[in-house]
Amino acid sequence: MTDAPLLKVRDISKFYGARIGCRNVSFDLWPGEVLAIVGESGSGKTTLLNCLATRLMPTSGTIEYRTRDGQMRDLARMGEAERRFLMRTDWGFVHQNPADGLRMTVSAGANVGERLMAVGGRHYGNIRETAGDWLRRVEIGIDRIDDQPRAFSGGMRQRLQIARNLVTAPRLVFMDEPTGGLDVSVQARLLDLVRGLVHDLGLSAIIVTHDLAVARLLSHRMMVMKDGQVIEQGLTDRVLDDPREAYTQLLVSSILQV
Amino acid sequence: MTTAASELATYNFAYLDEQTKRMIRRAILKAIAIPGYQVPFASREMPMPYGWGTGGVQVTAAILGPEDVLKVIDQGADDTTNAVSIRAFFQKVANVAVTTRTRAATIIQTRHRIPEEKLTTGQTLVYQVPIPEPLRFLEPRETETRKMHALEEYGLMHVKLYEDIARNGHIATTYAYPVKVEGRYVMDPSPTPKFDNPKMHMSEALQLFGAGREKRIYAVPPHTEVVSLDFEDHPFEVQSFDKPCGLCGAENVYLDEVVLDDRGGRMFVCSDTDHCEDRRAHGHCGTMLAYGKEAAR
Repeated sequence: MTDAPLLKVRDISKFYGARIGCRNVSFDLWPGEVLAIVGESGSGKTTLLNCLATRLMPTSGTIEYRTRDGQMRDLARMGEAERRFLMRTDWGFVHQNPADGLRMTVSAGANVGERLMAVGGRHYGNIRETAGDWLRRVEIGIDRIDDQPRAFSGGMRQRLQIARNLVTAPRLVFMDEPTGGLDVSVQARLLDLVRGLVHDLGLSAIIVTHDLAVARLLSHRMMVMKDGQVIEQGLTDRVLDDPREAYTQLLVSSILQV
Repeated sequence: MTTAASELATYNFAYLDEQTKRMIRRAILKAIAIPGYQVPFASREMPMPYGWGTGGVQVTAAILGPEDVLKVIDQGADDTTNAVSIRAFFQKVANVAVTTRTRAATIIQTRHRIPEEKLTTGQTLVYQVPIPEPLRFLEPRETETRKMHALEEYGLMHVKLYEDIARNGHIATTYAYPVKVEGRYVMDPSPTPKFDNPKMHMSEALQLFGAGREKRIYAVPPHTEVVSLDFEDHPFEVQSFDKPCGLCGAENVYLDEVVLDDRGGRMFVCSDTDHCEDRRAHGHCGTMLAYGKEAAR
């Protein structure tokens, strides 16, 4: 980890008319760090994530990102072209529903290769080789490279979506409930995979989840949200083992022990 | 009732009223100024159904003058329904001279082909375009495709070509093959066979594209770079044919397959009928010419 934060978030608020999406959220994200945002449904997790990933315009507040040349840039002041370029090279966004993040009608290979072609890859053989390599890394058989994602199971689709996002070696990945809708054994494999990739590639990640086990396994630090506000944040182990806020205590104690 | 009112309805020259023509001409000028960019225009109802060339007809009507000589082709042929009726339409509403000779024409309206004969300075080729947006089948949202054009995000176009190679081992797109115009806009050359793509590159003639239903006009001015998209290891190639034209013996032209009987008999003939006739008039003869004459009898 270096001294400068990768992402600097200050007083982000998002209002939907009179209703609050999220309010006054501030934090720093450091390179190589995984931050989990937890909370119940409707607590503003996804709104916050979408604001951070510039998929939504925040009502107020600033988000600064350190680009590869080392400058802190205000995302709201960036041109749309630059922002979109950032989104498809330096960032990744893993949707809860893989169908939102994948092109369901083109093959797995093309799904992974799309980002490469978007940044100017024009050699079919090389693109295919890289795509095959990434499919192997996310444990999808090379014989499935020409199959469309709709022929894949839910877990495979999610892994394909991750491969598609990581192929340009992004520095920051946003994940919205990456394990939602998967059964537990598939979840475990996926978490294992994500943990390995984050570690190997030195990624920073912001993961939205309502599943505290996901937060425990993947994240270094976590933020607990309730009614659009961050009510507690700190190191993951500290928050989960020694929750201070009443709501966090409730959240932690409502995990089923088997 | 005055005599004028009792007569049959009369049309303004070339059917469209002058204000409409001005509007279309403005769109055309803008299209020429930004090669490959799709200019929206207020497409009018034409006395023919969408899909029959309403876009091309409006462009032709806007640029047609009394001195012009018009040629209309459909799939290369001068004598198919679409070509004959559009030609008759302009004869009726503009009383212009018409021809089937590529060389004699000043304006050529076309559907699906570019004439074999090299077009020259002063000629204008008007294409009828069904779907002007090359990204349409990859990205259905118009708001998004416009943004992609504006920001020059054309990675998706290569995704389509990638899929072609992954499925078929080669780029299997044979018509409406995407091109990049003057290093900037990716353009759909209308459903012409990719055989014709190289003819668009650095053409001396002005090329105008009209899409009536989709309400778009775009253009390739003379001497403009038109490059077909491809991969480094799968370069762009045009179709090639095993045999020359059965009637005129021409090689390196685009051929149509004609089924002759129900026993598998077939012949390949020039799709450009004017080119074929011209060659035969100059004494060129294909292997099937005798058969063609017999069958005609």
